[in-house]
Amino acid sequence: MMSKEKMTSMQRVLTTLEHKEPDRVPLFLLLTTHGAKELGLSIKDYFSSAANVVEGQLRLLQKYKHDCLLGFFYAPAEIEAWGGEVIYYDDGPPNSGRPFIGSNAEIDRLSPPKIKETPVLQNILAAIRLLHQKSAGKTPVLGVAVSPFSVPVMQMGFDAYLDLIYGQPQLFERLMEINEAFCVDWANAQLEAGATAICYFDPVSSPTIIPRDDYLTTGYLVAKRTINRINGPVATHLASGIALPIIDDIVETGSGAVGISASEDLAKIKEACRGKLTIIGNLNGIEMARWNEQETAAAVKAAIAKGAPGGGFILADNHGEIPWQVPGDVLLALSEAVRTHGCYPIDRELDKNE
Amino acid sequence: MADIIKTFREALMASNAESAEKIMLEYKKQGSPLPFVEEVLVKVLDSIGSGWEKGDYALSQVYMSGRICEDLLDKYLPDESEQRKNKPKMSIALLNDYHSLGKKIVYSTLRASGYHLHDYGRVEVEDLVENIMEDQVELVLISVLMFPSALQVKNVVNKLADYGCNVKIAVGGAPFRLDHRLWREVGADAVGYTAADALHIAKSFAGGTE
Repeated sequence: MMSKEKMTSMQRVLTTLEHKEPDRVPLFLLLTTHGAKELGLSIKDYFSSAANVVEGQLRLLQKYKHDCLLGFFYAPAEIEAWGGEVIYYDDGPPNSGRPFIGSNAEIDRLSPPKIKETPVLQNILAAIRLLHQKSAGKTPVLGVAVSPFSVPVMQMGFDAYLDLIYGQPQLFERLMEINEAFCVDWANAQLEAGATAICYFDPVSSPTIIPRDDYLTTGYLVAKRTINRINGPVATHLASGIALPIIDDIVETGSGAVGISASEDLAKIKEACRGKLTIIGNLNGIEMARWNEQETAAAVKAAIAKGAPGGGFILADNHGEIPWQVPGDVLLALSEAVRTHGCYPIDRELDKNE
Repeated sequence: MADIIKTFREALMASNAESAEKIMLEYKKQGSPLPFVEEVLVKVLDSIGSGWEKGDYALSQVYMSGRICEDLLDKYLPDESEQRKNKPKMSIALLNDYHSLGKKIVYSTLRASGYHLHDYGRVEVEDLVENIMEDQVELVLISVLMFPSALQVKNVVNKLADYGCNVKIAVGGAPFRLDHRLWREVGADAVGYTAADALHIAKSFAGGTE
């Protein structure tokens, strides 16, 4: 069988987003802290400079030959922008510290951070600008914005936030209004800096966290309003939460792709998403830390056989960030397996063959 | 009985604390709340917890129902009540992370089921080991969100072993749900994927049968 002409990463990704088959399955290795390993820096030092992150991303791209550059530093960068605490670790991504909204009364006094006056956000934008320049249109540069509906988990703590949603709907709406304003500005600033698309990181909207009926009156409406004002393509990521019961709703929000959980049946997701939503996923990022070459190839083959036929599929991990503990050998094996088994047309029995 | 269980579950799913209280008061009349706890409340929380694992319920429903039940029990079976279950002597902690929802759900579910347990809040390895040694607990439940925090459980286990402490360690949280071999790798004695599992673990370490 004739193989298709080799595409650039950008062509490959755009083709699959149109629900057509590119030359091979696009691979997004969503690596953040691994860039620090490449540069021999501590995670904290690595993220202190845009130049480090750009250099890290370029080295990772060269080494693993995957299909994106990630302009994302760490989720609590947004919390830092709001004045919250970020805690650094030696062996994992920075995490948000004690919630900065201590009481519901503080919500009324809250105002969104100004992007131009916030060093951490400016650092990220500088990295995106450089990545865009270096990619020369050949590799997509991904930006990330935490959804207005999910960011309160870091702003005020998960339990306090659920109490707010169910106990004080008016105050909840007020918080959404403030967060939506910031999210739209932040996503658009990244697009202006050169990001190809925005990953709308929205785990709270998953039916793992909130019932669909409640989602339809909360996270869904927030996503619809927000994504509508973002001036570029958006992919929704539920960060290990399930997606199947809300696939059609996600389509309605204006999102073009969805990041799904390792615990979901990819075949069922494919059926629900076909022609409507590109799937990003769903390799188990935690188990990945101890996969050997055979296990890596088996996981890649299984995902490709179910998700890739017809396009509309990007192979990635299930969470949107590969853990620091995943060794380089596994990432190389992953990349190799995609090159070996991911060329179109896809053998639908791929995962059943020896 | 099936009717009461159904109505009580519906009240919790609707986050209707008033209705849940009414059902409990009707059941217990003037007596102890414990029969209601054993025959209705624990069964309902158990089914909601397991239902989350199957995708029938969302985490917000598990949290809200646990909270309503915890408030009910606090009102009718306060901490100092002799009817609270003190076996096993146990504690709960959130290791390293600041995301406390999972710990809170398990804490509420256990307290709502009549158990007494120490809450260490958010701790790091050294503080956790120190607290366990000081309180001489028999079972400690450790909740984590991030993968590196899950790996830190191994340090807790090793340090406790160095001190000759034979406390049992049960772990829970996202990394353990995603990798079912991880709890053994970090040296835990048990893993819970839901709040319902935590109830079964507490019961089994108290000498109960499953």
